This record gives sequence, structure tokens and C-alpha cells, in this order.
Amino acid sequence: MAAEMEPPTLGDAGQTDFREIEDGEGFFVSTVTTIESPEPSSSDPPSMPAEGISTNGPKQEDISLDDDPEDLFAEATEEVSLDSPEREPILSDGPSPAITPVTPTAMLTPRMGLGTAEMFERALDEIEEDDSGDTFDMHIAVSDPEKVGDGMNAYMGYKVTTKTSMTIFSKNETTVRRRFSDFLGLHSKLASKYLHIGYIVPPAPEKSIVGMTKVKVGKEDLSSAEFVEKRRSALERYLMRTVKHPILLKDPDVMMFLESSELPRAVSTQALSGAGILRMVNKAADAVNKMTIKMNESDAWFEEKHQQFENLDLQLRKLHASVECLVCHRKELSVNTASFAKSAAMLGNSEDHTALSRALSQLAEVEEKIDQLHQDQAYADFYLFSELLGDYVRLITAVKGVFDHRMKTWSKWQDTQLLLQKKREAESKLQFANKPDKLQQAQDEIKELEGKVQQGEKDFELISKTIRKEVSRFEKERVKDFKVVIIQYLESLVQTQQQLIKYWEAFLPEAKAIA
Amino acid sequence: MRQEERNGGCFQKIAIIARLAAQHDDLQPCCTFITMTSTLDDSEKEKARSVSVDLNNDASLLIDIPDALCERDKVKFTVHTKTTLSSFQKPDFSVPRQHEDFIWLHDTLVETEDYAGLIIPPAPPKPDFESPREKMHKLGEGEATMTKEEYTKMKQELEAEYLAVFKKTVQVHEVFLQRLSSHPILSKDRNFQIFLEYDQDLSVRRKNAKETFGSFFKNMVKSADEVIISGIKEVDDFFEQEKTFLLDYSSKIKDSTARAEKMTRSHKNVADDYIHISATLNSLSVDDNTALKKHLEKFADLFEKLRKVEGRVASDEELKLTELLRYYMLDIQAAKDLLYRRARALADYENSNKALDKARLKSKDITQAEEHQQQCLQKFDKLSESGKRELTSFKGRRVVAFRKNLIEMAELEIKHAKNNMALLQGCIELLKSN
Repeated sequence: MAAEMEPPTLGDAGQTDFREIEDGEGFFVSTVTTIESPEPSSSDPPSMPAEGISTNGPKQEDISLDDDPEDLFAEATEEVSLDSPEREPILSDGPSPAITPVTPTAMLTPRMGLGTAEMFERALDEIEEDDSGDTFDMHIAVSDPEKVGDGMNAYMGYKVTTKTSMTIFSKNETTVRRRFSDFLGLHSKLASKYLHIGYIVPPAPEKSIVGMTKVKVGKEDLSSAEFVEKRRSALERYLMRTVKHPILLKDPDVMMFLESSELPRAVSTQALSGAGILRMVNKAADAVNKMTIKMNESDAWFEEKHQQFENLDLQLRKLHASVECLVCHRKELSVNTASFAKSAAMLGNSEDHTALSRALSQLAEVEEKIDQLHQDQAYADFYLFSELLGDYVRLITAVKGVFDHRMKTWSKWQDTQLLLQKKREAESKLQFANKPDKLQQAQDEIKELEGKVQQGEKDFELISKTIRKEVSRFEKERVKDFKVVIIQYLESLVQTQQQLIKYWEAFLPEAKAIA
Repeated sequence: MRQEERNGGCFQKIAIIARLAAQHDDLQPCCTFITMTSTLDDSEKEKARSVSVDLNNDASLLIDIPDALCERDKVKFTVHTKTTLSSFQKPDFSVPRQHEDFIWLHDTLVETEDYAGLIIPPAPPKPDFESPREKMHKLGEGEATMTKEEYTKMKQELEAEYLAVFKKTVQVHEVFLQRLSSHPILSKDRNFQIFLEYDQDLSVRRKNAKETFGSFFKNMVKSADEVIISGIKEVDDFFEQEKTFLLDYSSKIKDSTARAEKMTRSHKNVADDYIHISATLNSLSVDDNTALKKHLEKFADLFEKLRKVEGRVASDEELKLTELLRYYMLDIQAAKDLLYRRARALADYENSNKALDKARLKSKDITQAEEHQQQCLQKFDKLSESGKRELTSFKGRRVVAFRKNLIEMAELEIKHAKNNMALLQGCIELLKSN
């Protein structure tokens, strides 16, 4: 696989960047994702910093423009223009809506004809083809956590460095500073745009009141340092996962997040904000709805996959719990080894036989080094193994969410169909009554509903198709991730054993020297 | 519910295991599974007697414990003697003994005046099945959350731990007897002979409740003595040094023993975690139908192998380090006791001097006082002479034992780590080539 990484179309910077990725930086040495990098265009509207997009590929651009209905497509005709005024609504930092899912109905209204829908679907196909060929050249690092401010209003700022040779980005290397709520805000926007049409949007790291409070209060101890490191690492993985998704990568919000120096504060990610409360209400409503929707699954594939993901979820959670246990016990082992080392040293001091005394002191030193080994191994247990599992448990929640959205889409379609039927019945009744305007109204409504039914069916088919592709991509990623991490983890274990051999072999002659 | 089971001890444990066995046909009943037959060959037995050295070399009196049984609350040891000495009735015989019999023998020896100048080998600790018992409770409680294979493995682990505790207790009891049999003076003790030979129940000779209470008081008095006696001015440099050394070393080794025990326990916990991880990885691999299947399978398999090695690391550490420290902690206590007995003799001698002076002043009972003074002096000298000998050989014994065990531990650690590495590297290669 490494051999495939020849980026013929990319610039020189591409070569170096690749080597970076190859060297196994970070945990996600991903070498394959499909992005076809379009040729840089010279007609970029200057107000769009992330625009390197050529106008000869509007089809592809369409995909990333799923958004609020009160938007560009309302005015577009056959071709979607990328002029700034229309783009702005997408980038608005309005209340990151966690409100009822926005269906891209506007985009694919019958007025547009079937042209756009076809283009959209064809574009999806193209992306699928791209999967096998092109190179993904991007590396994001989250680093340098720094506390900003004081007291309860303090927060951690992180440096986000993006290195890429992909031309959709304006620079090869960008550095910005972001805070945690910015990441949450990004996720929130992506989720609202893509989840309901079947894209698996990687979940953001979780909030932690306890963890953050300690940091805010200024407690400079080991556990808050660990917390910050854990979060930093999680944020990095989150970003990398997000950009590995070919659709999400091109999302303007993502690009803005990575490139623009100032980002409007994502206030609506706070738990107690209006949007936050709305989120909670919607979550509850969703849960209730889920229970009441009984879907006739005509597609065995979905049935099978749904079950599969349920099982996977269970097993991964179990494994995650076991690995967390292991981390805990290994940390304990490290602590106990250190404590034994100290007491062995004291015993050695107290020992009056010289050679034995020296040997005991050496034993104490060995055990001290071993305690450090255990600590390092616990670190590897956690960051390699445990966090991977945790990430996938959350990812699978997103996958299940996408399946649920499909169900909702189906349900909506069915409801519309039922409504249409009722209206038809009502209309036929009106035929005999002598109310011509009511009849006309009924007939108009029926026409509209027929359109909606058609749309509902299309939506359902589209989301089904999207999910199939997404699941396939997800599985590929999962296999890759796990394969890589398993080997890395095993290598960490090997390291520990090698060191153990070294330490004990150094100790052995000391023990033999006791006379 | 659990409390009764705790108190019930072995018998309850048998009941629990029998119940588990009924559910899972593969488990052997408790009694047979923990009967140790002489299946260990000699070389293994030799290795097992690791904390003390050079025992059981004298063919005139050979003692071992080939067999033991756990019944209800008690462990029954079969003490087997092979001797060429005429003082015994038969050349080869066995008797059943309980832990309390060993304690009786030890205490009797301690109370024998003639042995005041000797280090009496420490009494073997009471058999302690608390740890595997706790594990069994946890296992029973967690049964519902585990897969069948996981449960089986945990059960195996539990059985192994139970067996390890059992072996350990047999070993310490055996070593106690062998220390006695290899001691030139103690081996000839009459009570020792009774212990080995008397084919009836020894319980009539054992302390009854009243006597136990009495010995409690005696220990209290002894502690008070210790306080007074450590204040006495020592006349002999050797003993002064020994006293300082032993007092300090005693507290340090006690501390080390406790911490070593915690350390090896943590190690066991890690090994146990590997079982759960391996089992879940297995389940994942079974359900998986992607390219990951083989990976997960091998990964699961590896963890299973690794945990066996880690388990051995933990138990070897326990035997070579924790048990070593524990044994010498007890032995040092016995050495301290010798010092105190001698110090008491010194105090008695000094008191007798004072009494003699008083008698001389009063010109009354001078001969008596003189005799008494002579006796005290003799006793003190005897204790000092014998004590010096004992303490010197004790140091030698201790150094040799530490050396042997530390070397063995280091060698085992290296062996296990190399084993681990081979397993890991093998797996990595397999996975990379896939």
C-alpha cells in the first residue's frame, strides 16, 4: 500500500508531506482516501478563502452544498453558481441548529427537474470510483494547549496545524488557535448538514465538567495534565477522522475551521444555551419516535447491517471496559512496584552483609526502572488501545444514528403517502358535493402531495444509497485503523519486554556476586 | 449470604464448587482436585523448597509432606518420615497432622528451657485461602456477564490460584519440619519425635482454651520484658551489633514483605485482565466478516498466551521474592526472640548479683545466693555461646537463601520476558504478512 503513494498530480510539497504520514506520525497513518483534487481555478471569488474550486466541476461542488432550504438553490437555474452571496448562508454561524432535520428538498425540488438529482447521484458514483485511486494528503496536528484567561471563564486554547498539498486549501501549511467549543461547534454544524442524509459524521470528543473545572481552577497536578493531554489527542483524532471523509473535507465549515484565523464563538454548544436545551428536547422526542416507528424493511442488507452494528457495539463496549480495567491495574502495578522499590532500598541500607546489601540496593533500582516501564505501558494501553475503542464506540453511535435517520425518512414518506390517500378519498367525496372551489383546492393539494410523495421516495432511496456507501467506507476505515493500531500496540508490548530483559540481565551478575 | 460462605470456609467452598460443577460438568469436586499426590517429581520438589536451603540432606532422618487434603475448615497434612535412627519404632511411617499440631510443636519447643539459646524455626503461617475465596465470589457474581469460554478460563485461573496457595502452605509446613530435622539439637527433641510418630490424634496434647489464653498473657508479659530489656546495657559487642541490626532489619523486612505482596497481586490482576480481553476479542473475531477477522483472531490468541506467561511471572515473583521475604521476616522474629531470652538471662544474672550482695550484707542465705548467682551466670554464658553460634549460622543461611532466590528470580524474569517477546514478535510478523 505504501507503494501506491505516488501523487502524480500534486505539487512538490506533496512528496514531503507524504513522508511525514508514512513515518507513522500520530495514530492514523491513513494512506487511502479518495479526493480528486480539482485544478486550481483562476476565477475564485476573493471573499471565499477556501475556494480553490474550479467552475468546471460544479457537479462535485453540489454535494457539499446541502444546506438550509432558504438558500442558493431557490434562485439557481440549471447550473449552480458559486458566487459569494449565495455561499454565505452556508457559512453563517447562526444558531447551530439542532432543530428538526433539514431535508434537502429545496435542492432537489421538482422545479429543478431531475437534472440536479442525477448530477448528485452521478457525483456520488464518481466518488466511489475515486476510492480506489487517488491519494489523501493531509495531516492535522493539535498541540500546545495553553490556558487562556482566569477563573471560571478560563479555557484551553489549542494550536491546530494543517499541512497539506491539496489545492482546495489556500496554503500548504496553516496554523490557527481554537478552543474546545470551536470543535464542538464544527461538529454541530456538520451533523446538522449531513447526518440526516446518511453521512456518518465523526462525533466530537465529549465534554467533561469535572476535567475542565480542575483545569480552570488552576489545579496544576498530574490528573489535570493527563486530562488535557487526553483531550488534545482526542481532538486531533477527531479532526483527522473528519477530513478523511471525502465529503466533509470539502465542507466550507471545515475549511474555515482549519484556515481562518478568527472563528465566531460557538455559543450554542453550551449545555445550558437555548440551542442546548432544544437539543435535549429533540433527543427525547427522537427517542420516543424511534420506538413508535415500525419499519417494513424490504432490504435485507439494512436488516443485516443493523444487527451487525448492534453486536459490534456491544462487543466493543465490553472490550473497552476490559481494557480500561487493564489500564487501571497496570497503573496500580506501577505504583506498587515503585513502593516496593523504595522499601527494598531501605532494606538494602539496613542489611549488614555488604554484598547482599549492594544486591538489594540494585534490586531496588531495577524495580524503580520497571515501575517506569509499567507506567509507560499503561500509557500505551490507554492511548493506543483504549482510546481507539472509545472512538469506535462513539462512531458506531453515529452509524446507528444514520440508520435511524433512514427510518425517519421512510416514515415521513409513508406519512405523506397516507395523507395523499386521505386527500384523494376526500376529493372523490367532494366530486359529488357541489363545491367547485373546494374541489379545486383539494385537487391542488393532491398535486402538491403527489410531488411530495415522489420526493419522499427519492429521499429515501438517496439516503439508502448514501448509507450503503458510507458503511462500506466506514468498514474500510475501521479495518485499517484497527490493523494499524493492533500492530502499534503489540510493538509497544515488545518494547516493554525488551527493556525488562535488559534490566534483569543487568541485575543478574549483581545477584550472583553475593558471597 | 456471602458472609456465611466466608465463615464456612472450605466446606462451603466445596459446596459452591459442587454447585458450579453441577452447572458445568467439567469441574472436579473440590476434595479430589486439591489432594496433592506425589505427582511432583523430585526435581520439582527440590525447586519447590526454595526459601530455605540445605535441608533434608541427612539420610538418617528424612521428612516430607507428600499429601494433603482440604476438608471442611481444616487442611490435613500427611507427614511422612524415613529414618535409620533406632529411637524411632519404625523405619518408614506416616501420620496425619493438622496445622494446630505444628503450632503446638513449635510452642512446646519455644517453652523448653534447654533450647533458650537456639533460634527456634518460626511456626508455619495458618493456611490462608482468603484470596482465592474472594476471587470465587467475584467469579460467581460476574458469571452472567461472561461468555462460556471466559468463565471457564477464569475458573481455571481460580483453580490454579487455589492450588498455588495450597502448595505454598504445604511447603512452609514441610520446611518447618525439615528445619527441625536438620538441627543437631532440635532433631532429638522428644516432642518432635512424638509429633512424627504418634499415630493417634494429637489434640489431647494441644492447648485447650485456657492454655491459649494463658499464652496470650505470656506474650503480653514478654512485650513488657522487651521494653525493659532493650534498655539493658549490653556487655558484648557482637550482641550489641546484632540487636541493633535485627531490630531495624525486622521492621524493614516486614514492610518489604507487605509491599512485595501488593506488587505481585497487581501483577496477577493484570494477567486476569488479559483473559477478559482475549475472550472479547474472540467474540469480535467470530462476528467479524471483514479483513479484520484474522487479525482479531490472532490478537485474541496472543492475549491468551500472554496471560499464561504473565501469570507465571506473577507467581514466580511471589515465590521467589514475596515468600522469601515473608519467611525471613518470621525467621528474624525467631532470632529476636533468642536475643530477648538471652537479655532476660542477663537481667536475671544481674539481679542475682544484687541479691548476693544483699545476702552478703545481711550475712543471710549467702550460699543460696551464691548458688543462684552461679546458675544464672552459667545459663547466661550458655545462652551467649549458643546464641552467637546460632546467629552467625543464621546470617550465613540468610545470605545464601537470598542469593539463591534473587538469582532464580532474575533468571525466571528473563526467561518469561524472552518468551513474551517471542510470542509478540511472532504475532506481529504474522499480522504484517497478512
